[in-house]
Amino acid sequence: MGTLELKQTLNGHRGRVWNVCWHPKGTCLASCGEDKTIIIWGPQEPKWVIRTILTEGHSRTIREIAWSPCGNYIASASFDATTAIWDKKSGQFECNATLEGHENEVKSVSWSCSGQLLATCSRDKSVWIWEVNDDEYECAAVINAHTQDVKKVRWHPNEEIVASASYDNTVKIFKEDAADNDWSCIATLSSHTSTVWSLAWDKAGNRIATCSDDQTVKIWQEFKSGNEPGIVTVNNESVWKCVCTISGYHTRTIYDIDWCKTTGLLVTACGDDIIRIFKEDSDSDPNQPTFTMVCSMDIAHMQDVNCVQWNPTVPGQLASASDDGLIKIWFYNE
Amino acid sequence: MTETLENINPKLYKKINDRQVTAQDEDEDVEDEFDEREIFDLIRNINDPEHPLTLEELNVVEQGLIELDNKANKVHVKFTPTIPHCSMATLIGLSIRVQLLRVLPSRFKVSVEITPGTHLSEAAVNKQLADKERVAAALENTHLLEVINQCIGIKCQ
Repeated sequence: MGTLELKQTLNGHRGRVWNVCWHPKGTCLASCGEDKTIIIWGPQEPKWVIRTILTEGHSRTIREIAWSPCGNYIASASFDATTAIWDKKSGQFECNATLEGHENEVKSVSWSCSGQLLATCSRDKSVWIWEVNDDEYECAAVINAHTQDVKKVRWHPNEEIVASASYDNTVKIFKEDAADNDWSCIATLSSHTSTVWSLAWDKAGNRIATCSDDQTVKIWQEFKSGNEPGIVTVNNESVWKCVCTISGYHTRTIYDIDWCKTTGLLVTACGDDIIRIFKEDSDSDPNQPTFTMVCSMDIAHMQDVNCVQWNPTVPGQLASASDDGLIKIWFYNE
Repeated sequence: MTETLENINPKLYKKINDRQVTAQDEDEDVEDEFDEREIFDLIRNINDPEHPLTLEELNVVEQGLIELDNKANKVHVKFTPTIPHCSMATLIGLSIRVQLLRVLPSRFKVSVEITPGTHLSEAAVNKQLADKERVAAALENTHLLEVINQCIGIKCQ
């Protein structure tokens, strides 16, 4: 078993903290919550301190924030039905664009790897794709494929493909059709028996890990046409199959999951206040992988853990956010 | 609120007696854990959204349908809508949940569900009540919050 070492507790928000997001260079951290603010934290050896507090961008809870791949922009998704884009062209972060259109709460926001596309999703059941052109944001598609509240959107790590997780228990994958520039659903991942709260792509982008209110984690694998195990595909489109279900560990809803791009470790945030880390077994069959829990941090927080995210550049470093109002920085030692 | 009452003539139930305060209850040195009766006392006087009656008087909540685990910090409340197609079920469940979230220490995990087999859309209502993100969003809706506060506000006798 590895150990999870608490490095620091960051106290700055009033009330529940919904989300944390590392800067792509791993040099600072943004957080948001029900106090309608975004806090940017930066290191001032040996501690993390508040660099900036962004206020007045939203009139209700900020559910999620996302750094653009270049690290110059922050997008924030709010229950006020808007998504705000913050940049520091003036020298400090300011809200310079507000994306409107969703009928109610925006639950998640994600930038594509190129930074040219943005996806948002909402309780109004839709996923929106926005095109970014010189600080102008234009809606390129409104996708109504889910039948319920959409909880999470996440872009593929190196292609313009986006996945969404929903209260309708499914995950869907969308891609633009080159022929008519229309975004359509290319796969529906059905197996969870309750709300899918979050998802994470692996480094290569041919696997997805999902977590759910049904207290399980599932690993989905892409099978391209002509794949070796002989999984049948139609029209040259890939097929996604659930190749592993991790059950029996989590005792309440799993609110978030992250797949480390450097170490391959999976981390989960659970309503039982525990942070758990899973590692793929070295002798595991890639088409039928097995995972072992390598760490379980009891009472990681005093209340539900809402979010966990690996630092993109510092292997083993982890940030978590909780209903207890705190953010914690951890280090995982194997 | 609807203009016409869904359940015009609900069956009334007798209220239970007030809790007897013992000498031990008043002794500050005795560690006093929560019990089912205490949880019941916190929700029995919530008002029904339609009738000038409490959830106890309508038998929507009962002490016997409350499960409490002090060690595991779990509170589980089952409630019984007065009729199987009650459109107020979510609102009633939300009122119970909000009241317990407000008054219990934050260490408690509160779950509120419909008594199995007593409502037509039991699964959908339970799923919505268990989704803390949707509950949080609902509580930011001023109108809804007012209605919930009215339900929770203890009636002046």
